[in-house]
Amino acid sequence: MSTILIKNARILGGEPCDILVRDGVIAEVGAAAGKAGPAETIDATGLIALPGLVDLHTHLREPGREDAETVQTGTQAAARGGFTAVHAMANTSPVADTAGVVEQVWRLGQEYGHCDVQPVGAVTSGLEGRQLAELGAMADSAARVRVFSDDGKCVSDAVLMRRALEYVKAFDGVVAQHAQEPRLTEGAQVNEGEISGRLGLTGWPAVAEEAIIARDCLLAAHVGSRLHVCHVSTAGSVEIIRWAKSKGWDVTAEVTPHHLLLTDSCVERSPVGPYNPIYKVNPPLRTNEDVLALREALADGTIDCVATDHAPHPVEDKETEWAAAAMGMIGLETALSVVQEAMVETGLLDWAGVADRMSYRPARIGRLSGHGSPLEAGAAANITLYDPSVRTAVDPAAMASKSRNTPYEGMTLPGRVVATLLRGRPTVLEGKLV
Amino acid sequence: MKRHLISAGDLTRDDALLVLDTAEELARVSERSIKKLPTLRGRTVVNLFYEDSTRTRISFEAAAKRLSADVINFSAKGSSVSKGESLKDTALTLEAMGADAVVIRHAASGAPHRLANWVRGSVVNAGDGTHEHPTQALLDAFSMRRRMGRIEGLKVAIVGDVLHSRVARSNVLLLQALGAEVTLVAPPTLLPVAVDTWPCQVSYDLDAVLPKSDVVMMLRVQLERMNAAYFPSAREYSRRYGLDRERFARLHDDAIVMHPGPMNRGMEISAEVADSPRSTIVEQVANGVTVRMAVLYLLLSGSEPAIGGDL
Repeated sequence: MSTILIKNARILGGEPCDILVRDGVIAEVGAAAGKAGPAETIDATGLIALPGLVDLHTHLREPGREDAETVQTGTQAAARGGFTAVHAMANTSPVADTAGVVEQVWRLGQEYGHCDVQPVGAVTSGLEGRQLAELGAMADSAARVRVFSDDGKCVSDAVLMRRALEYVKAFDGVVAQHAQEPRLTEGAQVNEGEISGRLGLTGWPAVAEEAIIARDCLLAAHVGSRLHVCHVSTAGSVEIIRWAKSKGWDVTAEVTPHHLLLTDSCVERSPVGPYNPIYKVNPPLRTNEDVLALREALADGTIDCVATDHAPHPVEDKETEWAAAAMGMIGLETALSVVQEAMVETGLLDWAGVADRMSYRPARIGRLSGHGSPLEAGAAANITLYDPSVRTAVDPAAMASKSRNTPYEGMTLPGRVVATLLRGRPTVLEGKLV
Repeated sequence: MKRHLISAGDLTRDDALLVLDTAEELARVSERSIKKLPTLRGRTVVNLFYEDSTRTRISFEAAAKRLSADVINFSAKGSSVSKGESLKDTALTLEAMGADAVVIRHAASGAPHRLANWVRGSVVNAGDGTHEHPTQALLDAFSMRRRMGRIEGLKVAIVGDVLHSRVARSNVLLLQALGAEVTLVAPPTLLPVAVDTWPCQVSYDLDAVLPKSDVVMMLRVQLERMNAAYFPSAREYSRRYGLDRERFARLHDDAIVMHPGPMNRGMEISAEVADSPRSTIVEQVANGVTVRMAVLYLLLSGSEPAIGGDL
């Protein structure tokens, strides 16, 4: 296989050095690397080298909603965003609740090769919350599923949640919970607070998330299993997770880029007036106080990682009145820029911290081998080269995703992914798909 | 550029007074035997109603016709809307037909804001979900001013299901702009969680508020709220928050009683109170036409609208 020499890269923002990649593996790091024989060269002067990013929470929409996204376009978007692995959520049609569906999604990922696709299995059959899906069959399949989630729906039945947590212990799995008490959120549209009251939109109260997280932490502790909390969105949730971790319980959590940057004030004021459904997402955008608590929790490690919850929707599902619009926003191609804006520019995280929250920890939570390793000799050459010095206006039309529902349109964000390498093979060079 | 009337918050104090004063002038037309003015001849007003509301629709229809506008009624039933046409496509259709104003009633809060992105004409909100109903607030203010001679300094109690009420939201904004002191009265379950941030007072105790009130506005309470546990029973609601004869007697002599209709007689208001001379309920209906004439006139008659807001 080929040899690639990356010159003058600042690993995790450190001093410039060379990285020699041979046969998909990092062969050498440091000044000596540059003395290796003839090789294809990538000039990384001024660029930061990060371990390939890992997303624990991506909606690729295939099978079923290929009008919104496919494995091909979704993984292209991932590569453009600096990701080398994504976890594909189970709420497809048919639902990823059998070995057959997860293997299909996994194979599509292998075929296209833009990044690794690690399917997430449904916790319950058809996401219906009545009966456990065949978790073991999915774990034993070629897709080697370790993360199980009914994301989009909460496993609200306490007994079912307990059993799922217990059952996945047999294969070191984890249940990733979409924490949303269903009765407290019937018809819910936006964060319940000042803005929901003024706009006359049904409120999605913070307590509906926090109550489920508290219950699940206690259940996980009781049965000695692993719990992962999806898209934490409130300051109260942070407090509960901090408390659970202080007990030594095996609880992990993620936060989305949009919950680190945007607030529910976007619903009241936007360039095209209030009620723009581009900001409709589940869980909803919260208050500034929540945003600050989430940033702090990501900085101190209470929240383990950033996960995009990339949720593509076709234009017609967003160009409607608020209540009729689909929930979700795309995020793969802007994630790193948003994290730079919210966490690095604010001094809350350095680049080593970014690598930890966007690569090492999500890979560890997903038990994903070959990803999330430090850029050292012997590690798989999953590498993201990033230019933090530019600022550009977000242009939805320039994105690789099939959908355009980004909330950042027109906003100026820092940074640009210049190159992504998947096991030594460039998937993105000069910011363009290879 | 000011173009639409979507929220009562779009109106400055001067805008609101201009509507009320214009309505006073137009009211004189309504007293003539020939009630029609040629002002909006050749202009097209579309009534786009996604919810059944005969009262509001015919009120807007009468208002537009008295100003000689062409009126197109577009209701969700029996139109392409029931075949699943999107609001945007309907908007583009109306735009292509040359609507100068679209009066919209929709079950979704914010639908008029969305519509305003897709049509060039003026958008008038005739009630959106649980958000606002600005022309109702204007006709309420008009009715108050006619009865009480002023609005500034009036103590207005708005009683009932504030959480789901578009009438309450619009009235709070408009009356605050006009200098009235509003107190919302409701069981805690029927108030928004952050109601303390609204520009008004809040009370759970109707009996404490009544003696201090110049105007009592009763809101319609929908019985299905009972099933969602907002209150235990219709009887208990009526006992604690209904305006019956005993409570009515505690009002001072000049105080008036209002209701946006349709009423649940015996629930939030007793028949005797509704039919008393101090009730403005029937006047409110008549004033509705006049005030809506004023709104259409001010939005459409000049080269630039004289009132309203942009997005």
